[in-house]
Amino acid sequence: MAKAVKLIGAFGSPFVHRAEVALHLKGVPYELIREDLTNKSELLLRHNPIHKTVPVLLHGDRPAICESLLIVEYVDEAFDGPPLLPVDPYDRAMARFWAQFIEQKCSMPFWMAVWLDDGEAREGFVRETRANLALLEARLQGNRFFAGDAVGYLDFAACGLAHLLGPIEEVAGASLVGAAEFPALRRWVEAYTSDEAVSACLPPREQLVANFAGKKDKIKMAVNAMVQRS
Amino acid sequence: MAREGDLKLLGLVVSPFVVRVRMALSMKGVSYEYIEQDVFNKSELLIRYNPVHKKVPVLIHHGKPICESLAIVEYVDEVWGGGAPPSILPADPYERATARFWATYVDDKLFPAWIGVMKAATEEEKAEKVSQTLAVLLHLEEAFAKCSNGKAFFGGDSVGYLDLALGCNLFWFETLREMFDVELIDEGRTPLLASWAQRFGEAAAVKDLVPNVDKAVEHAKKMRRVFVH
Repeated sequence: MAKAVKLIGAFGSPFVHRAEVALHLKGVPYELIREDLTNKSELLLRHNPIHKTVPVLLHGDRPAICESLLIVEYVDEAFDGPPLLPVDPYDRAMARFWAQFIEQKCSMPFWMAVWLDDGEAREGFVRETRANLALLEARLQGNRFFAGDAVGYLDFAACGLAHLLGPIEEVAGASLVGAAEFPALRRWVEAYTSDEAVSACLPPREQLVANFAGKKDKIKMAVNAMVQRS
Repeated sequence: MAREGDLKLLGLVVSPFVVRVRMALSMKGVSYEYIEQDVFNKSELLIRYNPVHKKVPVLIHHGKPICESLAIVEYVDEVWGGGAPPSILPADPYERATARFWATYVDDKLFPAWIGVMKAATEEEKAEKVSQTLAVLLHLEEAFAKCSNGKAFFGGDSVGYLDLALGCNLFWFETLREMFDVELIDEGRTPLLASWAQRFGEAAAVKDLVPNVDKAVEHAKKMRRVFVH
């Protein structure tokens, strides 16, 4: 009998989403343990003492696997089913490179640009976001998804810009990823969020909007404080 | 076995990330053309093959560039996998995930901390960065206990992915000891890492690729002139 899979996650996290969609695509049943990140459980802290973040994958009695993209690779290697990473070594290297680029050069500046108060710092992040998203736009090369016709690793890596994009822009009142400037990315957002396997792992849009609306003041305070300190 | 001309590596002798890739290529017995870069005056070649980051290492295979050292090591392991050359990553998916986790931890947490020691403008800043580095190394000491399972290396009986990821930084620890009299890996605090570091330094697979500490000292002085005000 297959060993039980548990996933420690939290509502609305794009990182947790990556792990969920990977498990879903491989047809792996799992128990989702919902974490309140403002009051972290002993379970989470025990299994991820280094980063204390979600997602955390528990497979059978093996110790935890942490870091969402590593979980995606693990799920790809440990379970049968359609490949989540490209099969060709060069394409795999490209996927890993661009996933890191998204984490370091897109997600962070985008978050800062969207939530910061107007000013020089915000303008800097807006410029950085636009420049880096342009590189990502070019990567799509007219494809439906980053690796072609099927969702995969790099789409999951970019998911923070997918189903969360609309809710974040709505709540923050910002619009950074316009259809005129980023037509391929906007088409990708549509394609990704309407993919059957992906949409099964997405919370309803209204819940995401409500979630961000509730956290808006806290987020704005935090990002503005970060900029003051630096 | 790749012929020269098929495979090129853009590098910097004292970059731990480049040393890591060279060690991986050496483990596979692969030959390549090595092209040293001046990172203070970047070449057209570097900018062309790594336009996004303009950094070394860049591996160019059949004219196609691969960037980011850990991605390069995985690529090398996959392309020259199977048969005689040793595997760099473990075979088991769980052990692979663990090795990747700690390798990323080395790059995200250890590297910025020790670089901070090298670039520190004041004694207070240096002490803070040393403290951060030591804290990270304590976690890596625990990681060694878990990953090695009583064997000589993170990878078991022989050098593997995580050994390369951490080991390529060791010559810089010696450099920092020489420049600032700081002991980062010591027998008292991290005995397992201390004895592992000794074994890593002597491992046939990698020992001829460790750069001279003098070169690193020279580079550090240049970096401090450029970056420290």
